[in-house]
Amino acid sequence: MNGREMIRTENLNKSFGKLHVLKDIDMSVYESEVVCLVGASGSGKSTLLRCLNFLEKKDNGGIFIRGEKVSPDTHNLNHVRQTVGMVFQHFNLFPHKTVLENIIEAPTVVKKFSKTQATEEALELLQKVGLEDKADVYPSKLSGGQKQRVAIARSLAMKPDILLFDEPTSALDPELVGEVLATMKELADEGMTMVVVTHEMGFAREVADWIVYMDDGKIVEKDRPSEFFDHPKEERTIEFLKATMLK
Amino acid sequence: MPSFSHFFHTLNSSKGLFIDAMFLTLKLTLVSILIGIIFGLFFALLKISRVKILEYVSNAYVFLVRGTPLIVQIFILYFGFSGLFLIPDFWAAALALAFHNGAYIAEIFRGTIQSVDKGQMEAGRSLGMTRGVTIRRIILPQAFRRALPPLGNQFIIGLKDSSLAAFISMNELFNVSTTLGSNNFDEMTYLLIVAIYYLVLVALLTMAVSMFEKKLAVSDR
Repeated sequence: MNGREMIRTENLNKSFGKLHVLKDIDMSVYESEVVCLVGASGSGKSTLLRCLNFLEKKDNGGIFIRGEKVSPDTHNLNHVRQTVGMVFQHFNLFPHKTVLENIIEAPTVVKKFSKTQATEEALELLQKVGLEDKADVYPSKLSGGQKQRVAIARSLAMKPDILLFDEPTSALDPELVGEVLATMKELADEGMTMVVVTHEMGFAREVADWIVYMDDGKIVEKDRPSEFFDHPKEERTIEFLKATMLK
Repeated sequence: MPSFSHFFHTLNSSKGLFIDAMFLTLKLTLVSILIGIIFGLFFALLKISRVKILEYVSNAYVFLVRGTPLIVQIFILYFGFSGLFLIPDFWAAALALAFHNGAYIAEIFRGTIQSVDKGQMEAGRSLGMTRGVTIRRIILPQAFRRALPPLGNQFIIGLKDSSLAAFISMNELFNVSTTLGSNNFDEMTYLLIVAIYYLVLVALLTMAVSMFEKKLAVSDR
């Protein structure tokens, strides 16, 4: 079920000083697909995700958004980022703004929506993530899981075509992981195109269309979840799965 | 040392002159801190502008102010200004103090701006906001709040530093105390009195700052 191509990288390379973090990454994500990036810490998966949103500047190679090659020299990245949303490991909510103000900030400031319209849409989003009663609360009063759901609503408020998740549950207490994953699954079911860096193998198996396993800055294996988990092909994948499943 | 009865008698009989002087001291401090905050914000923004030449300008300003005594700065600006333009003494003193306070306030703002978590900038940028808008709407409000305790401290330092304006003939607290002291051959009594005025002002300021901080702390993490 190949839909429209949403995002593609071609020979993407990135180094931090002498450390070569991404090596010739070729990857594509199609409309409504959920791609889970898995791998050990330091394998380059977060860096890859951050390159897709241009928070990290690639060294060379191409990034294509809906077929169009995007680079800082030819494109206004502020416009590009409106279509590629990002959810962070540490939520990064604005602590001096209430939940509602967090969500309407970008729509009113960037898209120049009226406050009334932005508020109306924000309340719908809050309802969707199950936090409509928290609109006027400051982030400091929320649990980690609630913060992350607000962060997801904040990203959705810009109506992105693609949503990137950078280890969205890694900073959460174990009992709060489920509520965030449930929200993400709901988004996936609605057809949102998602790229998710995660260590939650259960989520990846259940929700992902593709699993991409990275090691040492390279994509080692890309496969459907059932194949990936039940019949991994590469030696390194088998090692990785053994290590994660046994924990 | 003056006797208690003499001290309280003098405190009472001199209060008219001292209260006038106190208002001048307050006005001088308030004006110089407010202008200093504008200077400070301006130079702190230059410092984080990522434009090398602007960073150098900001560094040079802080270096000059921190590297020379305030009294020298006051004299240079006072005689410099009054030689070039006709500028009232009050403004010569206020601008000199503002120029001085601005450098310290610039350092305060630079520090608190840089102390805001990197993720805040990334979150703003990932939502399509420009760097400038993110700084203005997301970073600065948080940096201002964190700057309040050190700003309050700078306010108190500025209040006491304003006593140096006595040397360019401002009739502020310190000038009044030394003038009265030498006129009445009673320096110690008037010095002790002026110390009390400064202590009361600093105590009031400290209270005001902490009330303001509490008011802003509604969303504290």
